[in-house]
Amino acid sequence: MAGLETFYDVMRRQGITRRSFLKYCSLTAAALGLGPEMVPEIAHAMETKPRLPVLWLHGLECTCCSESFIRSAHPLVKDVVLSMISLDYDDTLMASAGHQAEAILDEVMTKYKGNYILAVEGNPPLNEDGMYCIIGGKPFVDQLKKVAKDAKAIISWGSCASYGCVQAARPNPTRATPVHEVIFDKPIIKVPGCPPIAEVMTGVITYMLTFDRIPELDRQGRPKMFYSQRIHDKCYRRPHFDAGQYVEKFDDEGARKGYCLYKVGCKGPTTYNACSTVRWNDGVSFPIQAGHGCIGCSEDGFWDKGSWYARLSDIKGQGFGIEANADQIGLAATAAVGGAVAVHAAVSALKRAQHKGDAQ
Amino acid sequence: MTDATSDTTLPPAAAPPAAAAAPRGWRRLATVYVYEAPVRLWHWVNALCILVLCITGYLIASPLPTLSGEPSAHYQMGIIRFLHFSAAYIFAIGFVGRVLWAFVGNTYSRELFTLPFWRASFWRGLIIEVKWYAFLKPRPLKFIGHNPLAQLFMFIVMVLGGLFMIGTGFALYSEGEGLGSWQDKLFGWIIPLLGGSMQVHTLHHLGMWVFILFVIIHVYSVIREDIMSRQTMISAMTSGYRSFRDDEPE
Repeated sequence: MAGLETFYDVMRRQGITRRSFLKYCSLTAAALGLGPEMVPEIAHAMETKPRLPVLWLHGLECTCCSESFIRSAHPLVKDVVLSMISLDYDDTLMASAGHQAEAILDEVMTKYKGNYILAVEGNPPLNEDGMYCIIGGKPFVDQLKKVAKDAKAIISWGSCASYGCVQAARPNPTRATPVHEVIFDKPIIKVPGCPPIAEVMTGVITYMLTFDRIPELDRQGRPKMFYSQRIHDKCYRRPHFDAGQYVEKFDDEGARKGYCLYKVGCKGPTTYNACSTVRWNDGVSFPIQAGHGCIGCSEDGFWDKGSWYARLSDIKGQGFGIEANADQIGLAATAAVGGAVAVHAAVSALKRAQHKGDAQ
Repeated sequence: MTDATSDTTLPPAAAPPAAAAAPRGWRRLATVYVYEAPVRLWHWVNALCILVLCITGYLIASPLPTLSGEPSAHYQMGIIRFLHFSAAYIFAIGFVGRVLWAFVGNTYSRELFTLPFWRASFWRGLIIEVKWYAFLKPRPLKFIGHNPLAQLFMFIVMVLGGLFMIGTGFALYSEGEGLGSWQDKLFGWIIPLLGGSMQVHTLHHLGMWVFILFVIIHVYSVIREDIMSRQTMISAMTSGYRSFRDDEPE
């Protein structure tokens, strides 16, 4: 663990030229939506600030966040980003194991008390005292609470840590619980997505290093710079939506022509993420560009909102197992009320006729 | 029920003395000015808004069959959404205007917003009205304004339902306007409160069906009451005058 080595030192040590380094700073500024005048600030911060110790914990998760993270595609920098932050603990990436590995947690916690970032991938299951996820012989929820105590801030990586994701989908047998419902006294940055975009992950970390503060968050605790707009708002197929041109079936003419995927259940209009701008794998593509609608993986409870291929979400009758969408419920109610009105009208007419008969 | 009639300050109401003086086959049918012009205007503008909102709202969720050709040649969804948002603005502004009118208008203009929850006579009247609709009572009571059942129904759907649709509607609209817009500042908090954008879309959509049910029941009961009750219904919302069909007090 290189205690006071700056980022710049680390990069140079690993053979990155100053030219590449400055390019990286410019790219980062652009990715964060900052003006060119911020580039020297980023460079300065990288040159002077010691590496930020990051403890990366893994709860109930699938490691897709880590997989995404290591593919951060700023040219030449993907592995640099990994060594830039002082990633002192990461179950899946670190070389050490067993007691040695667990000892690092305590070491960092005392040495950098209140100054390290806790990155959480996955979430703690709370049922059966947390026994559904055991790390080093102890429930993950205990480890999370312990490490969170002295952290400067917490990053909730992915939909698991942010919202619960698949393991928290109904009926959530392990009671998987997002981080912000377990830790209450620390700033929490949610970076949802299943997984989040690599550049979004590195962008959030770079922002925190550069400005020494957490990025501006929206109401749900997500960084505004990446989650303030819906996929739909910047989708390149949006003109087809406004025009009224849709893919009706996945193999039709519209699908071949790249029409809007709204009718085959695209969740772009209800999903906040940067996919349509940053895209994936070094800006190569994103689901809608590949011809499949967005499934809304960065939204709360996206597993429980019904089919990924239908626009109207299912409304589950709690406790009696009926699933229907708003239109099915609405039509059924309209039919019932319409029928009731017709019957009522008929009875009213009969009564009136009878009454008239009585009067005469 | 006499409290509805005695509430009024307007002259020739079907007040008990007049009724008492009228029995010997001589009918003195009372006509009362109930709904003032702004209330009637609001009602019909509102009705038109609801019609446009339901049709365009349905088409936003379930769009028309796809169009071919260049996208630049069409703006179908754009126009549908424009109509929806325009009607929504008129609906919302109308709602605010209607609230303001309740402060300056007559007693009956306030009935929509004031549910006399603590008045026992209201609940008694409600039960009688329910019995009348369930054919358990041969004759309803007389009302100058809303009967208690209608008042409860209007309050739940038009006031609470209207507020819900305005709130969720502007929250969804704020998603397009973006963070920091006034729609977002005023209504944006509704989205996380109700469980995310998708959930708000679903609830807003269910709200549409509530309004459709409301329209069915409203139109039916107005026509039925116009024929079968003891006062006119449709004229009250066209000319503003309501006439009574008998002079008996109860």
